[in-house]
Amino acid sequence: MKKTVTLGALTVAALAAGAAGAATLDDVKARGELKCGVSTGLAGFSAPDANNVWQGFDVAYCRALAAAVLGDPMKVAFTQTTGQTRFTALASGEIDVLARNTTWTFSRDVDLKFEFIGVNYYDGQGFIAPKSLGVASAKELDGATVCIQTGTTTELNLADFFRANNISYEPVPIETNAEAQQQYLAGACDVYTTDASGLAATRATFENPSDHVILPEIISKEPLGPLVRHGDSEWGDIARWTLNALIAAEEYGVTSANIAELSSAPTNNPEINRLLGTEGELGAMLGLDAEWAKRAIMAGGNYGEIFEKNIGEATPIGLSRGLNAQWTEGGLLYSPPFR
Amino acid sequence: MATISDPPERGFRLSQLIFDTRYRSMTIQVVAMVLIGLLLSWLISNTIHNLEALGKDFNFGFLSQPAGYDINQQLIDYNNQMTHGRAALVGILNTLLVAVLGCALATVLGVIAGVLRLSNNWVVSRLTAVYVEGFRNVPLLLWIVLIFALMTESMPSPRDFRGEDGSSMLLGESVAITNRGVYIPNVVFSRSLGGNEIAAPEPEAPAAAATPGTNMAGTYGASRIATGGAGVQTGQNDTAAGSGSASGDGAAGGAEVGEVIPTSSFWDWLLIITVLIAGGIGAKFLGKRAARIQEATGKRPMTLPLQIAAILVPLIVVLVGLGASLDKPELGGFNFDGGVHLRNSLIALWLALSLYTGAFIAEIVRGGILAISNGQTEAAYALGLRPGTTMNLVILPQALRVIIPPLISQFLNLTKNSSLAIAVGYMDVRSTLGGITINQTGRELEGMLLLGLFYLVLSLLISGVMNVYNSSVKLKER
Repeated sequence: MKKTVTLGALTVAALAAGAAGAATLDDVKARGELKCGVSTGLAGFSAPDANNVWQGFDVAYCRALAAAVLGDPMKVAFTQTTGQTRFTALASGEIDVLARNTTWTFSRDVDLKFEFIGVNYYDGQGFIAPKSLGVASAKELDGATVCIQTGTTTELNLADFFRANNISYEPVPIETNAEAQQQYLAGACDVYTTDASGLAATRATFENPSDHVILPEIISKEPLGPLVRHGDSEWGDIARWTLNALIAAEEYGVTSANIAELSSAPTNNPEINRLLGTEGELGAMLGLDAEWAKRAIMAGGNYGEIFEKNIGEATPIGLSRGLNAQWTEGGLLYSPPFR
Repeated sequence: MATISDPPERGFRLSQLIFDTRYRSMTIQVVAMVLIGLLLSWLISNTIHNLEALGKDFNFGFLSQPAGYDINQQLIDYNNQMTHGRAALVGILNTLLVAVLGCALATVLGVIAGVLRLSNNWVVSRLTAVYVEGFRNVPLLLWIVLIFALMTESMPSPRDFRGEDGSSMLLGESVAITNRGVYIPNVVFSRSLGGNEIAAPEPEAPAAAATPGTNMAGTYGASRIATGGAGVQTGQNDTAAGSGSASGDGAAGGAEVGEVIPTSSFWDWLLIITVLIAGGIGAKFLGKRAARIQEATGKRPMTLPLQIAAILVPLIVVLVGLGASLDKPELGGFNFDGGVHLRNSLIALWLALSLYTGAFIAEIVRGGILAISNGQTEAAYALGLRPGTTMNLVILPQALRVIIPPLISQFLNLTKNSSLAIAVGYMDVRSTLGGITINQTGRELEGMLLLGLFYLVLSLLISGVMNVYNSSVKLKER
């Protein structure tokens, strides 16, 4: 009898665990915090500051999502993941959303059963080398020792690039960005390769950034974006449209400075009204309240503000907008309309 | 609930299954079996259910897909167009390599340290105690990372060997210790069993393999991808060393056209090892013959020179026959070419595993020696044996009975601990099959099952072999 009860309890627990993936929104609300997967530390994208509060471009997205769903941008539990552990953490339900400079690829979207909810940074893979090496192009790297982060697309791109150019190299697989940086600075590898944004972020933390050059070759397309599990489209919609709200806010000129004024009463721009919930029922369609997007934008500003604050030209990382400018400015950012 | 299906004996009642000690044990065993079976079936059905919920199937087809990633240390031929299965095999061989090297060195270190810890010399025994306690009580991962960091931070870069005032190589310009590993000479054969290539005229540089329309060898809109700060100033007049393009293979580096390029293959080494083993058996036979003659006549014939000759002469004949020569590492473009490159990751992992496990083995050896009664030593001294001979001929053979069983556990520990390899970027089976392959294919369950199966089989093999050895040294009672 006792055995049956125990087994019954175990079965119920198992079914509950199995069903956990079904309604992420309810889980997040019941838990009172959003579980967000980030990197183990990449300056400007996701890294804890001196007070141990997570800051960065990817972190800001998680904060906006928490603000939209829970009403408080600080209600986020950050889980550090490496290139190798991130997908398992997401698939197993350990985290609700993964925002970790992750490249959107066919196999990850289709075969690994994830749903990329958009692109928050258009990137490409590059190389960084010490100036003293005297290398001006990645094609001169025949026989070089290259540090790579294992478990990433960069590993595969690197193999393709060297094969296509018929040159040899010696890969040194590294687990995290910090270790790769240490190996590179110690001279254990000639060059370090990762996404150009990551290279810029890494170089910004060097003592003498000007002693290192980022080679001109960009050898791949790396659209980086947040992702969620397959099988819960409602949660995927919330995550997708939170990102779109940040991008659209910049396009319509909604900033953290004027958002209070714009959302107090309907303006004469219906797009802004629908976005900020002063008109229409968009929030209710998502299963949230009317002010969801307003809270998401107030958490850290619109896309442009988040970019400038964390990785923009005024920061040590100093990335220009480039491809990540709004479509109206000649970039690739293009949010679908809010209607 | 299952019941016993024997024909009912006279007066058998169901209650006897619980109250009759003759049947009770059977009842308990049946119930335990059923419980374990239920637990297993629940685990399996739960796994299937959850995989279905995720929409994943369970198959091993991914092993025949192209891997797409490169592995730096390859004991067998491998490139990134080969399959995930092949990549896993490369990883398995790397695991075996570090496990074999580690077990050998750990045993040597452990036996030496264990004997020294019992030394009457106070300084020696204290120093050994410091080694044992230091390594035993600090996590292995820290030692691996520490040794790796020491090697990368304190050794010169290959670039530093350039020029007159650069670092110098050791042992007659043949060994280079750099922060990327140690380069040692390699033995190559001009009449290799695997066949030699003839140095051909330098071929025209092959055109980039990119077909028109592919952007692979080119550059994606680089001007639009932000790289943060200044990019490359093209046309730098920075003529620092290192921009030379090295020719790919060191062996062919200085070969004249038409000359035979020395190389080495698996078959050469197999032949050499076979000859060495045969020589060892021959030497042993000579020793036994000498002992037999000594028993019979009281005179011992000359043995040692013959034994050395039995091992060395065939070896030299084979080496000359294959046309052996040393291939020394030479500084190429970015790194040394030629020779054997022992990577930092391998050295760090090997040393850390050996030193750490050696500390445990030292304690096992010490315990084994202390288990032999002091009377044995005194009896040996009374017969006039010297302390060293006493240890080798009287004490250690008896101590082995105590030492071998826990030693097996330590070998197993070392083998399984080698899966910490990824901490220093050593591409063992955990980093290839259990790391990159799982990551690229999303087959966590299958990959981890295979990985677990591999370690299980390897451990069973090791303990099986060691148990055979154990039964040969254990006390044989008549």
